[in-house]
Amino acid sequence: MIPAALRPVAAWVSAHPVASFIVFFAVFPFLVPYQSLATQVLIYGLFALGFNLLYGYTGLLSFGHAAYYGLGAYGAGIALAKLKLTSLWLALGVGLAAAVIGGALIGFFCLRRRGIYFAMLTLAFAQMLYFIAFHAADLTGGDDGLRGIPLHPLGLFGASVSLRTPLAFYFFAYAFVVLAVAALRRILDSPFGAVLQAIRENSDRAVACGYDINRIKLLSFVFSALFTGLAGSLDALRLTVVPVDSLYWTTSGQVVIMTLLGGAGAFFGPFFLILADRLSLFIEAWPLVIGLIFMAFVLFLPRGIWGTLVARGSAR
Amino acid sequence: MPDLPLQALAAQAFTGLVLGGIYVLMAIGLSLIFGLMTVVNFAHGSFYMLGAFIAFTVIGLTKSFWAALILAPLVVGALGFLVERFLIRRLYGRSPDDPLLLTFGLSLAMVEGAKLIWGKIGLQVDPPKQLAAAVDLGFMNFPVYRLFVIAVTAAVLVALWLFLAKTSVGLVIRAGSRDALMVRALGVDLNRVWLLVFGIGIAMAGLAGVLAGPMRGVYAEMGVEIIIDSFVIVVVGGMGSLAGAIVAGLLMGEIVSLTTFFAPKLAELIIFIVMAIVLLVRPSGLFGEAGLAE
Repeated sequence: MIPAALRPVAAWVSAHPVASFIVFFAVFPFLVPYQSLATQVLIYGLFALGFNLLYGYTGLLSFGHAAYYGLGAYGAGIALAKLKLTSLWLALGVGLAAAVIGGALIGFFCLRRRGIYFAMLTLAFAQMLYFIAFHAADLTGGDDGLRGIPLHPLGLFGASVSLRTPLAFYFFAYAFVVLAVAALRRILDSPFGAVLQAIRENSDRAVACGYDINRIKLLSFVFSALFTGLAGSLDALRLTVVPVDSLYWTTSGQVVIMTLLGGAGAFFGPFFLILADRLSLFIEAWPLVIGLIFMAFVLFLPRGIWGTLVARGSAR
Repeated sequence: MPDLPLQALAAQAFTGLVLGGIYVLMAIGLSLIFGLMTVVNFAHGSFYMLGAFIAFTVIGLTKSFWAALILAPLVVGALGFLVERFLIRRLYGRSPDDPLLLTFGLSLAMVEGAKLIWGKIGLQVDPPKQLAAAVDLGFMNFPVYRLFVIAVTAAVLVALWLFLAKTSVGLVIRAGSRDALMVRALGVDLNRVWLLVFGIGIAMAGLAGVLAGPMRGVYAEMGVEIIIDSFVIVVVGGMGSLAGAIVAGLLMGEIVSLTTFFAPKLAELIIFIVMAIVLLVRPSGLFGEAGLAE
């Protein structure tokens, strides 16, 4: 599968995932036709990572991650456009707080039912937020979306940095995503991360070992909402608009598709999805093709692209 | 409230019963399939959508709503057989998330496929001429077609109950949802039972779509809208419980309909609020058994 010359590289990448992430995404914007595309990949990748903390590691399939993405986006957007805050730091803080509080509340309700109910409940609660945002037009702009989010200069060590060029914004997002990826790695390598995977593998046994799995699941849910909310907040700043569809079930569906296609290396999914997004300009019924490809993945490649590559690599 | 328009209220309550009937047809199929196979069928709404579109085409070809009422659920049910046999059957024994994910992909493909075949603009289906009038119920006028929908729903429920309670296949289905392993050990080929149940559930979704078409219009996204409501109903009623699906379906139909009357802005939200309350008070649903497929 992997050519002999590339094997040391592949080995280094799998041994140092965070470092290779940092290196790759530092040069990434110079490899793509335009930088805003690179930013989109970065933000969607973070979205997929946040989702995958819950699905891939804790074994909980959420069909409602649009909720935390949308809460993050609306939180940051409303802070800047309606509350007239001028600090991007504060705005991101508002977005993250909204996502975390929303995640804690919804998580509390959804974790009252286990198993397959979880997916349906998360979907229902996200849809509830969508309808609230749709009707609360004074605050959210309703159907038109939240418009006119000012992208103020970023206050950084006393200086003020303009983010108006795509490259400046890319590295602004890059800094946050690198921090998030490192934090996620830290979480997953900790004893807490081990318990998450224990819950995924056998929740009864985790209970028998004395873990309060409901509390741990809720914590994992809130962490997942936090990373997802960060992706949403950054996306609100990138677009300077929050479309009401960010809360719609299609957004939740997108992250499910991205993550499953990518597999354990959640960052692969967004590449695919955005490539798909560009192709949809040429192929009218592209969602039909995506639906069929997704079905094929569920049936034949449940580990996703990256997961399958890794499994092949370690089998040899 | 002296000026409470009682007639309008009664009309709204009747409309709620009609909506409840559609909900019940959806939720029962979903619950039946889940109870027996632990498959959550995300594409259930898309089969509802397909039923409505196929009815539109059959009416165009035969000029008869009655032909569509019979044919469309049969065609949709046959597609259900294919989906179970060639897609879902491969996933038995894997995580229960996998059939949900598979049918999610199927649903995406079906919505887009429907747009390719029937176009992106909503279509209109007229109720049959015989049912197009309104009938005077003594206290108000009510469209005959809506009474017909209530009657068909009731007839299907009775037929389903007779099938499950009185036939030997029904006995196997009930036994299979209690303890599939034991039924297999007794030498019953459950694969054929699963195929049948999946087909029946899907055909009921198709029928719900045919019935809903003249009232709510026919458009590609109609299925995704109703599947979320149906999930909520199944959670409220208790997954796998047929009585729960019926009670919760009718209840939600009434609640939505009456909320539309008193507080239109809340109409889309109310079912989620009810769901949250039920989850707090009775996490296993109104009729659910704690621990089923958890």
